[in-house]
Amino acid sequence: MDIDHTSLVAFAKSWGLFYLMALAVCVLVYALWPGNRKRFDRAKKSILDKDDRPKE
Amino acid sequence: MSVVSGLTVSERHLALFVLGLLALAGLAMAVGGRGDPLAVHGFIILAVSLGLGFFVMSALFAPEPPASRLAEYYDDPIRVGIVLSLAWAVVGMFVGVWVAALLAWPELTFVDSAWASFGRLRPVHTSGVIFGFGGNALIATSLHVLQRTCRARLPDQFSPWFVLIGYNLFCIVAASGYLIGLTQSKEYAEPEWYADIWLVIVWVVYFLIYLRTLQRRKEPHIYVANWYYMAFILVVAVLHIVNNLAVPVSFGHAKSYSLFSGVQDAMTQWWYGHNAVAFFLTAGFLGMMYYYLPKRAERPIFSYRLSIISFWGITFMYMWAGAHHLHYTALPQWVQTLGMTFSIVLLVPSWASAGNALATLNGAWDRVRTDATLRFMMVAAVFYGLSTFEGSFMAIRAVNSLSHYTDWTVGHVHAGALGWVAMITFGSLYALVPWMWKQERMYSPKLIEVHFWLALAGTIVYVFAMWNSGIIQGLMWRTYNDSGTLAYSFIDSLVAMHPYYIARAFGGLLFLSGAVVCSYNVWMTIRMARIGRAAGAGTDVPLHGEADAVQAGE
Amino acid sequence: MKEFFHRKLERNAIGFVLAIVGVASIGGLVEIAPLFTIHETVETTPDMRLYTPLELAGRNIYIREGCYACHSQMIRTLRDEVERYGPYSLAVESQYDHPMLWGSKRTGPDLARLGDKYSDAWHVAHLINPRDVVPESVMPRYGWLQRNALRLDDLGEHLAAQRAVGVPYTDEMIGNAVADARGQANPDSNEAGGVTERYGEATNVRAFDGRTDVVTEMDALVAYLQVLGRLTTAAQQQTAGR
Repeated sequence: MDIDHTSLVAFAKSWGLFYLMALAVCVLVYALWPGNRKRFDRAKKSILDKDDRPKE
Repeated sequence: MSVVSGLTVSERHLALFVLGLLALAGLAMAVGGRGDPLAVHGFIILAVSLGLGFFVMSALFAPEPPASRLAEYYDDPIRVGIVLSLAWAVVGMFVGVWVAALLAWPELTFVDSAWASFGRLRPVHTSGVIFGFGGNALIATSLHVLQRTCRARLPDQFSPWFVLIGYNLFCIVAASGYLIGLTQSKEYAEPEWYADIWLVIVWVVYFLIYLRTLQRRKEPHIYVANWYYMAFILVVAVLHIVNNLAVPVSFGHAKSYSLFSGVQDAMTQWWYGHNAVAFFLTAGFLGMMYYYLPKRAERPIFSYRLSIISFWGITFMYMWAGAHHLHYTALPQWVQTLGMTFSIVLLVPSWASAGNALATLNGAWDRVRTDATLRFMMVAAVFYGLSTFEGSFMAIRAVNSLSHYTDWTVGHVHAGALGWVAMITFGSLYALVPWMWKQERMYSPKLIEVHFWLALAGTIVYVFAMWNSGIIQGLMWRTYNDSGTLAYSFIDSLVAMHPYYIARAFGGLLFLSGAVVCSYNVWMTIRMARIGRAAGAGTDVPLHGEADAVQAGE
Repeated sequence: MKEFFHRKLERNAIGFVLAIVGVASIGGLVEIAPLFTIHETVETTPDMRLYTPLELAGRNIYIREGCYACHSQMIRTLRDEVERYGPYSLAVESQYDHPMLWGSKRTGPDLARLGDKYSDAWHVAHLINPRDVVPESVMPRYGWLQRNALRLDDLGEHLAAQRAVGVPYTDEMIGNAVADARGQANPDSNEAGGVTERYGEATNVRAFDGRTDVVTEMDALVAYLQVLGRLTTAAQQQTAGR
């Protein structure tokens, strides 16, 4: 194997934190994006509608 | 009968073809595995596929089901899944109480046979409750939630049966294998290579059902419960495949050797073990919670955004946390630290979910008081919050040095398994069963109340017994006397456990009785539906449906 | 643009699937990938020997009976554990363990340094009825081990499969697996010499269960228990060096 243990460990130690933050930003932007509000509201209420048969 | 005649003619042919292949595979195992336990499993698979084959044949020439079925959801496999789930619950929990009793009274074993000893029965308990009870409940509820939130019928009628029956075949092979001494020794991944391969096939079909239904959905947005179910299906597949990589001794041997060894195997195993908890016992059941709790409370989830944020948080962070099972071992220190850090951060999305559930109930507390079904879900959310806190706490190295290897771990697991997983399942089933059998309510709301208190009392007795014994054990092992030597022998600590082991068995017994009460209640509800249908024969239409022609086979 | 991207992602179920797999895999990859190269850091021990066929069969019985559910084989780097059980476990000690049996629960004591701690006769008596030798024990009886003859015919295949996953068994070891298993349990037979020749002078060659007419499962399990922590002296040396 070309990649040696220390460089793999170094990669693991440094990039994990980067991923954590990048992902957090993406998720927050998505969840809080004003344009998504209507969709989320509809989604959370729609399950309470009558659902006794599939939509045509 | 009606189940088979509900399939289209070509689906019946497909079912026969698949069962034929399965029977051949069973035959090959029985022949190729002569003199090895593998043959036993060959015969089991052969018998199951032949039996099912005759069942399909019995209605092979029934007329095609009416096209009006396409205007309904396809719920037959869900109903069977609910019954199977409860059957496994009773079996799995009974074995649990039995092995708990064996730890208190080791001479209780009534036969001097290998199959009846603690070491072989214990995985029957763990697999029975996790995979049998939990897995069937997940499959049944996911197929229900999927159709309702997508407002689309399942894409076909064969594949859900393949998944449900195939999965239960896996469970049977697993449980019977432990009794005849077949195990990989990897906790919660004990079944041998051929069962693992079979599960992969079943799982792929399960995943495809999900994907195909999602693509047929009539709602623009995929409801968050499906996200959790999807994460459950996908990540469990990844975990299962990687952790079970092994080389069989030969194709005529049940035994295989793991591809991994030593420290690498330990890390892989606990990466699997911890994430099986995360994605099987958490993500899947969160999916259940995000649908059945708002539905039963008749209130939308408190914050949809929060549910999205916690979803990605859980999906991302759980995967890092497995290393906390290996503190102070030969695992490299940096991996241990990483595992501990993420375990603690994980508390944030976990509590976001638990808080979201409880906030949803805010304003409906009067219903929680009167409706035991909703109370099951409420208590489940509380236990979810408690056990995730406990989990993060136990992942701290200093705490773990005391708690690891002791009964505290067992107590923690059961706080999650009884308090969270089983309670949310029972709550969801009590909501789902009347819908599925078209009844206004369960046979007896009183018995739900009885079950609730049995379950709660059982959980509390169990968890407190194990907290006590675990902490006493941990402290006795590290106590020094004045002369600087260890104060207690191992056997001293074992003797001190005896009263707690009795209490634990009693707590488990309470919980088991609750499950039996639940099964009876569900059974009577099904009977109620049958009697109602017989009485009103001819006017047998869904509650809100127009009077279609009476369905064939009814 | 972000808005557009997310909407698209969510509309497309397959994109969503990939997102879940991608996000979830990062943690596993980062933590586990380096372990594939960990052999570079594991201390090498020239004296590390392999399990004999009989010991391997015993290990498989240990797995079969679920012993790992109550006994760990991993002494942590904590003072009380080292004093109770012996030198803490090193990564190298389980380098040939497919799978590892570190365990997660101590309903019974740790077994990582069990080898040579008790006599064979003690083990046999203890396995037949633990309460005969430890009255307070809650361990099950394993009487059938003494009654069951060990399956010998496929031991060569077992060794070959072990080699396939990376344990350096030689062709000679694989070819003589059955004879070596018989020889190790019967010191008076002419097959006994080959065992020490192939696996080292320190190998235990004894009638573990006290009888030489048949190789029982008891022979195999006791042979395995007696070699726990004895495959290498690396741990003892490391402790002595400190």
